[in-house]
Amino acid sequence: MTMTNILLCGVGGQGTLLASNILAETAMLAGFDVKKSEVHGMAQRGGSVVSHVRFGSVVHSPLIRKGECDLLLSFEELETLRWSVFLRPNGLVLMNAQRIMPMTVSGGEGIYPDTISERLTKLPARVHAVDALGKARELGNSKCVNVVLLGLMAKQLPVLPRTIWEEVLESRIPAKLLELNKKAFEAGWGLA
Amino acid sequence: MQKKKKISTSSARAVLSGNAAIARGAWEAGVRFASAYPGTPSTEILEYLGTYPEVDAQWAVNEKTAMETVIGAAYAGARSLVAQKHVGLNVAADPFFTVAYTGINGGLVIITADDPGMHSSQNEQDNRFYARMAKVPLLEPSTSQEAYEMTIAAIELSEKFDAPVLLRTTTRISHSEGIVSMGERREGPAREFIRNLAKYCVLPHNARKLHVKLEERMKELEVYSNDCPWNRIEKGDGKIGIIASGISYTHSRELFPKASFLKLGFTNPFPRDLVKRFAASVKNIIVIEENDPFIEEQVRALGIDCIGKDRIPVCGELDPDILHESLREFIPQAFPTRVAAVDVPVPLRPPVLCPGCPHRGVFFLLRKLDLLVTGDIGCYTLGAFPPHNAIHTTVCMGASITNALGIGKAMKEKIHGRLAAVIGESTFLHSGITGLIDTVYNQGRHLTFVLDNSITAMTGHQPNPATGITLKGKPTKKIDLTALCRAAGVDHVVDADPFDLQGLEAAIKGALAKAEPTVIITRRPCYLLKDYKPEKSPIQLDRAKCVKCGQCWKLGCPAIERSQADGKTVINATLCVECGLCAKVCRPGAITSISVKSGDAGSLNAEANTMKGPGKNINSEKQAQLKKTDHNTNSKKEPTK
Repeated sequence: MTMTNILLCGVGGQGTLLASNILAETAMLAGFDVKKSEVHGMAQRGGSVVSHVRFGSVVHSPLIRKGECDLLLSFEELETLRWSVFLRPNGLVLMNAQRIMPMTVSGGEGIYPDTISERLTKLPARVHAVDALGKARELGNSKCVNVVLLGLMAKQLPVLPRTIWEEVLESRIPAKLLELNKKAFEAGWGLA
Repeated sequence: MQKKKKISTSSARAVLSGNAAIARGAWEAGVRFASAYPGTPSTEILEYLGTYPEVDAQWAVNEKTAMETVIGAAYAGARSLVAQKHVGLNVAADPFFTVAYTGINGGLVIITADDPGMHSSQNEQDNRFYARMAKVPLLEPSTSQEAYEMTIAAIELSEKFDAPVLLRTTTRISHSEGIVSMGERREGPAREFIRNLAKYCVLPHNARKLHVKLEERMKELEVYSNDCPWNRIEKGDGKIGIIASGISYTHSRELFPKASFLKLGFTNPFPRDLVKRFAASVKNIIVIEENDPFIEEQVRALGIDCIGKDRIPVCGELDPDILHESLREFIPQAFPTRVAAVDVPVPLRPPVLCPGCPHRGVFFLLRKLDLLVTGDIGCYTLGAFPPHNAIHTTVCMGASITNALGIGKAMKEKIHGRLAAVIGESTFLHSGITGLIDTVYNQGRHLTFVLDNSITAMTGHQPNPATGITLKGKPTKKIDLTALCRAAGVDHVVDADPFDLQGLEAAIKGALAKAEPTVIITRRPCYLLKDYKPEKSPIQLDRAKCVKCGQCWKLGCPAIERSQADGKTVINATLCVECGLCAKVCRPGAITSISVKSGDAGSLNAEANTMKGPGKNINSEKQAQLKKTDHNTNSKKEPTK
C-alpha cells in the first residue's frame, strides 16, 4: 500500500488552506483515497498553521506521523524549521524563502534563527528553497504565492497528472483571478 | 461576510469536511430548519446549510435560543438541526434536557462539536456524558462519510423513536476532510403542530409520565444499539481486541492492522450485549478514546477488564504517535525514523490581532492605564497575550461583565475607578446584556467596553443582530446597542473610535471617574470584512529617528518588527495595511503617516458612524463616498490576508 504524506505549513493568512484544498481534490480526482486535516479558528490569526494531506489506496487516520512526511511544502522559513520534525529520512522540503517575524521575536522573547537554509541542508532531507513570493509579486499579486507553491509541488508529484491540477484550479478559483493563478501555477512549475 | 462554497448537488463524490458532510446529510434527510450560534469547531455546519434554498438556516443570539427555536420547529413537524460547540451545549443544556422528555414531531438532530486539545476553547469537556445524563441517543462519526451517513440516520432514528438525537464530532472530525459519496434530497412527511398538552407541556404532572416513557424508550434504543450498522465487529487475529469510537478508531486502525475491532458509532445507550460478545472473542481488550473514559467505564461496569486510561492520556487530543507511545508493548512495529530535530530553539508563533484590527488601540490604552480587565470570548481574548497583557480573566461567553461586578463587590474602593470589562458586540448580545442588567440592578460601577466590529469575527465572520444582516445575507432590523445599554439602565453610554487614541483615552478617564456603571462602545468594522474599505494612512519610517523606545511594539502589530541587527523598528510592507495607528503612538516621530493629523478625531468619529456594518449595510450614497476616498488614498501596497 503506497501512501503519500504531505504537510503544508505557514502563517495564518498565507493561503495554506486553499492550497491544501486543491491538493486534496486533485488527489481524489486522480483516483486516490484522500484525507486532509487542519485546525481552523484561533490559530488562523497570524499563528502557525499546518495542513496534513494523505493520499493512497486507503487512508484511515487524517494525521501524518512524525517521521512519515514525504513532502513538506512550507510557506515560511521559520515554519519549515518548526515542522521539519515530521519529515522522513530523505523527505523533500519545498520552501518559500520568506520570513515573517512572530510576535515573540518582536517582543524580544525569542530569536529568529538567521541561518535556516544552512541548518536545513544539514538534515538528511532534500531541500529546495525558492522565492515564490517574488514570483507572485512579478505576476502582480503577492496573494497568489500559494498557487506558485502548488505549481512547484505539482511537478514533484508525477502520480497526480497536471491536467487534473488544472481542472481543479479552474473549478476552485473565481473566473477573474483564474488567468493570474494559471500563470502562478506555471511559474511555480518552472521553478523546480 | 464570507460565503461558503456551495457543496455541489450534482457530483456523486466530493472531498468534504466533517462539517460540510453533516450539512449535506441534513439537507438530504429533508431538514427544513436549522439554527446555531457560531462556535469553533461547529460553525461551518450552518454556513453550508445556509447555501441550500430548501433549508431555513439562521444565526441565533445564543445556543439556548437556537436550541429552543429548533425544538419549536421540530414540535411543528419540520425536520430540524441545531449545532454548537461543546461549551455551547452548556448554554443550551436547559432545553436540551427537557426535549429528551417531550420527544419531537419532526426529526431533530443536535450537533455537539467537542474540542479535544482545546484548539479554540476554554476547556475540553467530553459531551458524550450529556447524552448519558439527558438519556438521549448518541452517534459518534469517525470520518466525513460517517458524519454524512449518521446525520441522515439521526433524523430517521429521531422520528422512529420520538427522541432528539445527539451527534458528537470533535475538531478532527469537523475540520478534517475525506471523500464522501452523496445522494439526493428526500423531503420529510408534511406535518404540523398537533396540540398535545401531555407531551409538550412539562408540568410536573405530565413530566412524571414522560420520564417513565423516556426510560422505556432507552430500553428500546439499547436493543437497536446492540444490532445497528454503527456498532460492528471487524474480525482480526483475536489476540488484541480494540474498542474505539470517533477519530480514535482511524488512528487505531493504522497502529493495529491485525487486531480485532469493535468499532462503536452508537454509544448511548451502550451496546452491552455486543461488547460482551466481542470481549469473549478476544484475549486483551484495549479501549481507545479521546478525553474521558466514557466507553471504558461502561465496559468495566460489565465486569470486563481492559486497558484504557491507565495508559492513554485523558488530557489533550490523541494522535497516532501518542497512542504508539502509550501502547508500545502491544505494537510490534517500530516507531518511524525521525529526522533529527534542528538544533536551535524555534520561537513560538501564537495567534495575534490582525494588522488593522480595531481592538488594538483599546488594548494599547488598557495596558497604558494599567486597569484590571475582565475579558470575554472572541478575537479580543488575544488582548491577554503579550505585548498587551491587558486581560486578566476569561471564563466563558458573557462572563466579563459579571466577573467585573463580582470583583467590584469584593474589592470595593480598592478597585473603583480601575476596573473594566471588555466584550465584543456579538458576545454582548449572546449573554453579556443579562450581566449588564445585573450590574445596573446591583449597583456595580465598573466600565464596560462593547467592542463593536460589526461581525462575529473569530469564528470567521458571521453576521449578528448588530450587523443587521441574516445568515442568508438578507437585511434585517439592526439592533441599536446604545439604546439597549440605556434601556438596561446605564446612563453614561458613549461611542468612541478605537483609532482615535486621544479621544478614546479621554472617554475612558471620563467613564472611570463616574461612581456608576458606564459603557463605551467602540465602533469600527473588522478590518478583514471584504466590503470594508477604510481610508488608508500610508506609513513612512525614518529609521534614523527611531530611538528603540518600544511604543510601537506595544501595539502587538504583526507588521511591526524589531530588527535583529540594530534593534530598531522595521515595518513589514507585505503585512502592513496602512491603518496608521503606529504613527499615532510613535514618540520620536520616526513613523509618520500622511493622512494622520492630530485632532482629526471628529472626522474619524463621523466616518465610523457610517460604518456600522459590512458594505451591504451602508447606504449606497455613503458607500460611494467611501469608495471615492479609498481610491484617492489607496497605495499600491496590498494587504496579505
